[in-house]
Amino acid sequence: MISGPIHAAPEAPMALTREQVENIAHLARLELEPAAIPRFQQNLSSILDFIGELERAETAGVPPMSHPLPGLTQRLRADAVTESDERELYQRNAPQVAAGLYLVPKVIE
Amino acid sequence: MHRQTLTQLAADLRARRVSSVELVRTFLARIEASQSALNAFVTVTAEQALAQAEAADRALGAGRGGPLEGVPFGHKDLFCTAGVRTTCGSRMLENFISPYDATVVSRLRAAGAVMLGKLNMDEFAMGSSNETSYFGPVRNPWNRALVPGGSSGGSAAAVAARLLPAATATDTGGSIRQPAAFCGVTGIKPTYGRVSRYGMIAFASSLDQGGVIAASAEDAARVLREMAGFDPRDSTSVDAPVPDYLAGLEQPLSGLKIGLLKEFFDTGLDPAYERCVREAIGVFERLGASVREISLPNIPLSVPVYYVVAPAECSSNLARYDGVRFGHRCAEARDLEDLYKRSRSEGFGAEVQRRIMTGTYVLSAGYYDAYYLKAQRVRRLITADFARAFGEVDLLMGPTTPTPAFELGAKVADPITMYLNDIYTISANLAGLPAMSVPCGFAAGLPAGLQIIGPHFAEERLLNAAHRYQRETDWHLRIPEAYA
Amino acid sequence: MSAWETVIGLEIHAQLATRSKIFSGAATAYGAAPNSQACLVDLGYPGVLPVLNAEAVRMAVRFGLAIDARITRQSVFARKNYFYPDLPKGYQISQYELPIVATGAIEIVLEDGTVKRIGVTRAHLEEDAGKSLHEGLGALTGIDLNRAGTPLIEIVSEPELRSAKEAVAYMKKVHTLVRYLEICDGNMQEGSFRCDANVSVRPVGTEKFGTRAEIKNINSFRYVEKAIQYEVARQIELIESGGKVIQETRLWDPDKGETRSMRSKEEANDYRYFPDPDLLPVEIDEAYIEAVRATLPELPDAKAARFVAEYGLSGYDALVLTASRDLADYYEAVVRAVPAQPKLAANWVMGELSAALNKDGQQIDSGRLSAERLAGLLVRIADETISGKIAKEVFEAMWTSGESADALIEAKGLKQITDTGAIEQAIEAVMAKNPAQLAEFRAGKDKLFGFFVGQVMKATQGKANPAQLNDLLKKKLPG
Repeated sequence: MISGPIHAAPEAPMALTREQVENIAHLARLELEPAAIPRFQQNLSSILDFIGELERAETAGVPPMSHPLPGLTQRLRADAVTESDERELYQRNAPQVAAGLYLVPKVIE
Repeated sequence: MHRQTLTQLAADLRARRVSSVELVRTFLARIEASQSALNAFVTVTAEQALAQAEAADRALGAGRGGPLEGVPFGHKDLFCTAGVRTTCGSRMLENFISPYDATVVSRLRAAGAVMLGKLNMDEFAMGSSNETSYFGPVRNPWNRALVPGGSSGGSAAAVAARLLPAATATDTGGSIRQPAAFCGVTGIKPTYGRVSRYGMIAFASSLDQGGVIAASAEDAARVLREMAGFDPRDSTSVDAPVPDYLAGLEQPLSGLKIGLLKEFFDTGLDPAYERCVREAIGVFERLGASVREISLPNIPLSVPVYYVVAPAECSSNLARYDGVRFGHRCAEARDLEDLYKRSRSEGFGAEVQRRIMTGTYVLSAGYYDAYYLKAQRVRRLITADFARAFGEVDLLMGPTTPTPAFELGAKVADPITMYLNDIYTISANLAGLPAMSVPCGFAAGLPAGLQIIGPHFAEERLLNAAHRYQRETDWHLRIPEAYA
Repeated sequence: MSAWETVIGLEIHAQLATRSKIFSGAATAYGAAPNSQACLVDLGYPGVLPVLNAEAVRMAVRFGLAIDARITRQSVFARKNYFYPDLPKGYQISQYELPIVATGAIEIVLEDGTVKRIGVTRAHLEEDAGKSLHEGLGALTGIDLNRAGTPLIEIVSEPELRSAKEAVAYMKKVHTLVRYLEICDGNMQEGSFRCDANVSVRPVGTEKFGTRAEIKNINSFRYVEKAIQYEVARQIELIESGGKVIQETRLWDPDKGETRSMRSKEEANDYRYFPDPDLLPVEIDEAYIEAVRATLPELPDAKAARFVAEYGLSGYDALVLTASRDLADYYEAVVRAVPAQPKLAANWVMGELSAALNKDGQQIDSGRLSAERLAGLLVRIADETISGKIAKEVFEAMWTSGESADALIEAKGLKQITDTGAIEQAIEAVMAKNPAQLAEFRAGKDKLFGFFVGQVMKATQGKANPAQLNDLLKKKLPG
């Protein structure tokens, strides 16, 4: 699904509110101890201040760079089955399995 | 025996002057003796190592074996090793037994290297002091009150204390070079794409690159020759032949054009450290190189760019640790959300969580343009600065770090101060360039590192310059007194 | 109620028929034991990396060319970040800003026979997720990741569909296309072909779109129609009773015949898309595109047009016969054997054959009755060995016994009587047996003509050639 603008207008970095920190933590599926939130607020705000320096750079017309090596393109793999059933080995690291399935608390749809 | 370089040990093994079993026993004893003082290892694989050493001796006896046959070796604990715990310095993977080998691991095994264990590191390679490891900090062999640097602190400390002749390491923002500088050893981060990332647990995929920490440039060349090369399992691996890094080591440096990175000699640079670096430059001039100053105006923005790009990629790379298929899982999860949140909060340490949070924020709706895209644009400016510089000079040089090793705990309270320790190393990662740190003296009794940066795929040139320098100096042969 | 206009956009997910997954060498076969086809890459194990399957790219380009779309020269894979147990890495590798296929169009035929062009916004490559199983696990959900990493193309239409029927016609057309192109098996029960429908309503004559609801994972044509009809009615009723439609994800419940809100997907989505640093831009050059174009089969629209021109079929018949490549191929094989009878062939393929296949739940490619066999029957109709009526009888026998038409005609003595003398004999016998009717006919009761046809046919067990019989009766009855 394609929805929602992700490229909305930038906002000036400011001190993050408690609520913002809680929202980020939720998106990242982290549970912050309530007592630790002010420290995260402070840490993240100073990090954002610090990276806010980037605003000074003149980047009009400069395309973003996502790979360090210029000009490389994706190599393609031949469509061949090269893997076999290794479920038993791979599930040795799994915290909870039954009948070959990975188990999680009930998912409500 | 432990004072010998890897090059000497490999020759002695080949000539049967020493057996692999003897060597392995010697180094295992040193590891055991130093572990409580240095904490360089997370896991020691003594039994497997001895079995492998016996096999190596048989191969050598039969005139067979690879270029590193029987040589004791260690892997940073983010290279996956089949059947051996691979923790990434994290509680999250405390009990994770990898079912497969990283490409680097299998290549080095094929070359004959004998793994003695897995080396301590900052958690998920996020840190510059090795203090974020779930398995406790590594200490600097030159002074136990100091950090060894990070994130490859275990690798650097182990080589500095000669617990191993060489070890793998990885570098995302300086994680090979900075600890190499702090511990007085030689480290090389190859060009992005030169060494396979398959099986190297990801921190920031567009910046991570595997390399080696060794006692000398020659040793590093010997190991890198075996590690490097195309891997069809890594889409970002470059399909280009690997030169014989040993063959070019002795080339004379006359005519070599060296650029001194103006922005690296800034007010933050420790004066004693600067003297070491300038003396080293003098050695290159005596060897026939010409030296000039080069300015890369966008380089001061490297650290802020890095602290957008690296956390962004890490926030996504670390989403797979959810307590479902592997890794830490919290007890008695109430529901799915509880399972995710507690497993991740219990499994990840504070610095990792901080970076995941930062990365999540800079990618989130409304901030992507201002942070992530902006950073990637500035990244291109920095890369273009380097390209211009390499139009004028062959290699760039400067200090690896602004100061020598600092005390444990000195920078943990303030992430920004800690981040700024990587100020000279980060730019090479952003541009994907090969870079080295070479011991170049002592500032107030602590090792200083000369950083050499080259254009893409110039590893041969870097190793050549470092080797010629090391033929003129003996900084790289100094061993901390307690481990001599 | 015609005060409301329905606006629908479909996002169709078609699993590509590759042997291995889009980023790993694990098999994609359906129905394997849970997690037996989930390799390290599919499981998102620490340290593993994706490498793109060449065949998935080729199939996506085939689709793009088939809908006359622009193929993106450098398309980019992006990560769509969200947590869900069937999504092992915590992100789905998809395409966002630069999809491999951009802006194309698909033509559908409406009920009144008019053709409508539906814009395709984009079609992008992505990996499928695993499956969650809730049955028999108590308070737990089981995760099977066999499907994780199966290549998909997501085909996104413009919001240009105006009714449930149009949506179904569009979905059927895409289904036909992907099967023609041999890029998807189209199996909807197994989930190889499924869709999400974005549905909204607005007052007739207005421009502005209403708030839309997204109905997830509909896996049959019938359900698409029903789900949309239900949703449209729900929205209209809601608005007319003073309520407001909220933008949300809804699930079609086929048992209850209704859509309901999916609470688990309720929270604001912030997918934090960014280019996947583990993958490089996919470069597609002109030579590649031309090479793929050269392998494209004749597509359904072109084939239907040719059937009209070459075989003189009606537009409707051509549409039906080209709905699947197998059916069209079968039809043409029949025509090759009876070249003079394309319409007769069309009637039999669409009529008796389709009915028989339907009745037994078989597909055209089942081999139950080869095109050559069917043609053998049509030859005997054409050369008047048997009548159309007898032919149906022979067909029945062929269907059950597998015998050829000629063998059955011979064995059952069904050969048509074309001997004038024999038919005359039969006519005379009937006339002799029915003097009263003959008298009435001769007195002007014309419609008794049919009575005599019937009697002669009865006497000859239907084997008299109808045309000859007609002619002879016309001569003989008036006396």
